[in-house]
Amino acid sequence: MLFRTIEIIVKLMIVIGCGLTLTSVLTWAERKQSALMQDRIGPNRANIFKFTLFGLFHPMADGIKMIMKEDFIPKKGIKLLHTLAPMIALFPVFLILAAIPFGDTLIIGDKEVHLQVIKLNIGIIFILGIASTAIFGTILAGYSSGNNYSMFGGMRAASQMISYEIGMGISLIGLLMVYQTAQLDVMVKMQGEMLWGFLPKWGIVVQPFAFFLFMAAAIGENKRTPFDLPEGESEIIGYFLEYSSMKFAMFFMAEFTEIVISSALITTLFFGGYQIPYLFETGFHFPWGTIIQLNHYTVVIIQTTGFALKVLFFCWLMLLLRWTLPRVRYDQMMNIGWKILLPLGLLNLFITGIIIMWIGTI
Amino acid sequence: MGKILEHKELTFLERTYIPEIIRGMIVTTKHFFRNLFNWKKIPTIQYPEVKQELSDRLRGKHRLMLKDDGSLRCTACFLCATACPALCIHITAAEHEDPKVEKYPIEYTVDISKCVFCGLCVEACPCDAIRMDAGLTLTTSYDRQKLNLTIDNLPLKLEKD
Repeated sequence: MLFRTIEIIVKLMIVIGCGLTLTSVLTWAERKQSALMQDRIGPNRANIFKFTLFGLFHPMADGIKMIMKEDFIPKKGIKLLHTLAPMIALFPVFLILAAIPFGDTLIIGDKEVHLQVIKLNIGIIFILGIASTAIFGTILAGYSSGNNYSMFGGMRAASQMISYEIGMGISLIGLLMVYQTAQLDVMVKMQGEMLWGFLPKWGIVVQPFAFFLFMAAAIGENKRTPFDLPEGESEIIGYFLEYSSMKFAMFFMAEFTEIVISSALITTLFFGGYQIPYLFETGFHFPWGTIIQLNHYTVVIIQTTGFALKVLFFCWLMLLLRWTLPRVRYDQMMNIGWKILLPLGLLNLFITGIIIMWIGTI
Repeated sequence: MGKILEHKELTFLERTYIPEIIRGMIVTTKHFFRNLFNWKKIPTIQYPEVKQELSDRLRGKHRLMLKDDGSLRCTACFLCATACPALCIHITAAEHEDPKVEKYPIEYTVDISKCVFCGLCVEACPCDAIRMDAGLTLTTSYDRQKLNLTIDNLPLKLEKD
């Protein structure tokens, strides 16, 4: 019992620690990456004893600045909801991190440690359910600010998130049909198997179409460019217009943690999670017969590192997309959600169903 | 005669967005990696530490010309003030003691905070009384009065200087 408690606390610390660190690094990475993409230098002024470390002190400086700012609640606002909204926005985001497996089972002595905070048998459904509660934070923020522009932002966010939730769910059903499980760790284990002996059975291989749908839906769900209508800096400031200080920072943290989560989800669902091609429990087994023996701990470390690198890559890709594409118009966004993503998702389901009926199973 | 723009119908692949998005991402990725590995070649100038080199041909310093006897060449004809698109030249004319000289300026103010450095005052001047020199006057100050250049603090120069 004691071992289990310690195990869960340690895993929580690792996941929340890594998640939060990655979040704050992403605020730096977004500015730096956008700068490099636009032939600029980006943040490079914050320093400790003239030591700037490529501007990595900027997230810290931002944090200090945010804490020092006045915490403002508008007179016409609803005080309780206004205070509660950022917490509701941030909370589900961290909850999702708990369900993502970041490594295989680690065996210490005779104890098994699953490298996943909670082993859920309803993994995907849990994630979709929790992700949809993030709407409450944004719509409450818009509603309780007592400002029409905030309200607009909140309404836009709500309609957008509900629309893209459906596309997201439909694109994942194909995966559920292929792997016959909603359990994320089992799904990742199955992705380590080989298709025809050489092709890793990753989600992108068996459901290539669903990947694009999920990616689009995930960005829509994150409320980031090209779907950042709820913010829309140039038209309405968005649902956090009346927020300042740490409350504003919490919305921002929620947004950046959502990047981490959608990257982790894309990795887990479509890119084999912690699985690395040809790396099995005893080491590398290449299809041409070469075998490299590795002990258990090395394998687990390689797999966890692989997972981290994949997540980092997708974070990078998300930032790249955000700084490449312009914002779509509101009706275009709704069209993409309802008239493109949803029918294509259904079509994908239909074709997947036919193939599974035809060859039994994939 | 207006030009009629023909809107090209998007092809099917273009309407799916995905190839075009990937094309755009390739462009930005190229820029990202090029700048990541050669970040010293980024054309940003680190301003307060490094200052941009001004071209020798830049004319940004007003100068009032003097006659050989040391008095101002300006006859207060107001042509420069009329030509000025930013309305930054203010002249107060006065009658000269010498009857051969019609007028002279007792005040000649260039409001640098408004000046756009177009050089039209120099073009307009019929007696070559105002010129612009290479370099740039200081255009920032905490005190607006310091940005009003008068006869007292405008550079006054003879032609041979």
